[in-house]
Amino acid sequence: MEISKMILAIITTNSNKTIGGAPTFICENTEEMERTAANLEAILDGIAHGLSKEMYIIVKH
Amino acid sequence: MNEYSFPILFGVVVGTIARIIMLRTDYRQYPTYLHGKIIHVALGFIAASLGAVAVPAIMEKEFTAVTFLTIAASQFREVRNMERNTLTELDRYELVPRGNTYIEGIAIAFESRNYLVIFTSFLATFAYLVLNIYFAVFITLGCFIIINRLMSGSTLKELVTIEYSQIHFEKAGLYVDNIYIMNIGLPERQKEIMEYGMGFVLTPINFDVRSTIANLGQRQAILHDTSVSLGVFRDSGTPALVPLIKRDLNDGRIGVFLLPQNQDVNRAIEVIGSVPVLENAIRMPSESKNKNKNE
Repeated sequence: MEISKMILAIITTNSNKTIGGAPTFICENTEEMERTAANLEAILDGIAHGLSKEMYIIVKH
Repeated sequence: MNEYSFPILFGVVVGTIARIIMLRTDYRQYPTYLHGKIIHVALGFIAASLGAVAVPAIMEKEFTAVTFLTIAASQFREVRNMERNTLTELDRYELVPRGNTYIEGIAIAFESRNYLVIFTSFLATFAYLVLNIYFAVFITLGCFIIINRLMSGSTLKELVTIEYSQIHFEKAGLYVDNIYIMNIGLPERQKEIMEYGMGFVLTPINFDVRSTIANLGQRQAILHDTSVSLGVFRDSGTPALVPLIKRDLNDGRIGVFLLPQNQDVNRAIEVIGSVPVLENAIRMPSESKNKNKNE
């Protein structure tokens, strides 16, 4: 089976909410989180989805 | 020269003309310029010759000659494969792909148009030989009219009512009316989408249409055609900027989210309305026997 969607990266300001599984980027504040997510979105060619105020995931579709 | 020369020539010419009439390059830009066209005119010429020659063959009691038509059939099936392969290959490099259903529809059209050419030149030659050239011209004109009618299938505006609906965000969720489209996380992207995005709600006029517009191929065709006609605000490195269509499960309406470069709402409604209804997407649940029994 081919996996067509996957989480490429997790960007969060709350390190308690993730235990890994995908590369995780822990940021100091929301602004840094948004900047990192925007960069990773462009680099990884994925879409940055917002799960909550403190967590973004980059998903390859 | 013999008694069949002019009828055959006549059949071949009208058949080839019929193919040229059916070979219009429109907004779909397919087939594109000269080379693509030459292939199809040449194949049309072959089809016309086969149709025209069949009549004298039968008159000369050479019935086995009809088996030639089977070769023609396999030849034109090959045309369909050729078109399918070419378009599928090209589709990978489209910003908004056509989708397989649309491609299959185009490929089928190419094959069937060759058969129409065979019929046209067959009938024209037959009329010329049995009656005279005036009747043949008359029959040819009739064929051209029928061909023109067969060419234009129905369009979306016959099936749905199209309304403009402002897109909006609820947290990260992008909505057209109350239909959820996708999750866009970055505020920066959300701003771009609010600036360039347009939403439309397509409401089906009856139950049959629901399943037709729910077809993923039909939806992709809508996205492709609108992107071709109105332009699309998208590039290869921006996967978040993608036009999408999602369905309201409760009532079968579909929410169309577009990123057109031409921001004219009325023009967009017009373009969506003239998207062809794909043959392969048409469903007729109301024609089912079970349903009629219950009524």
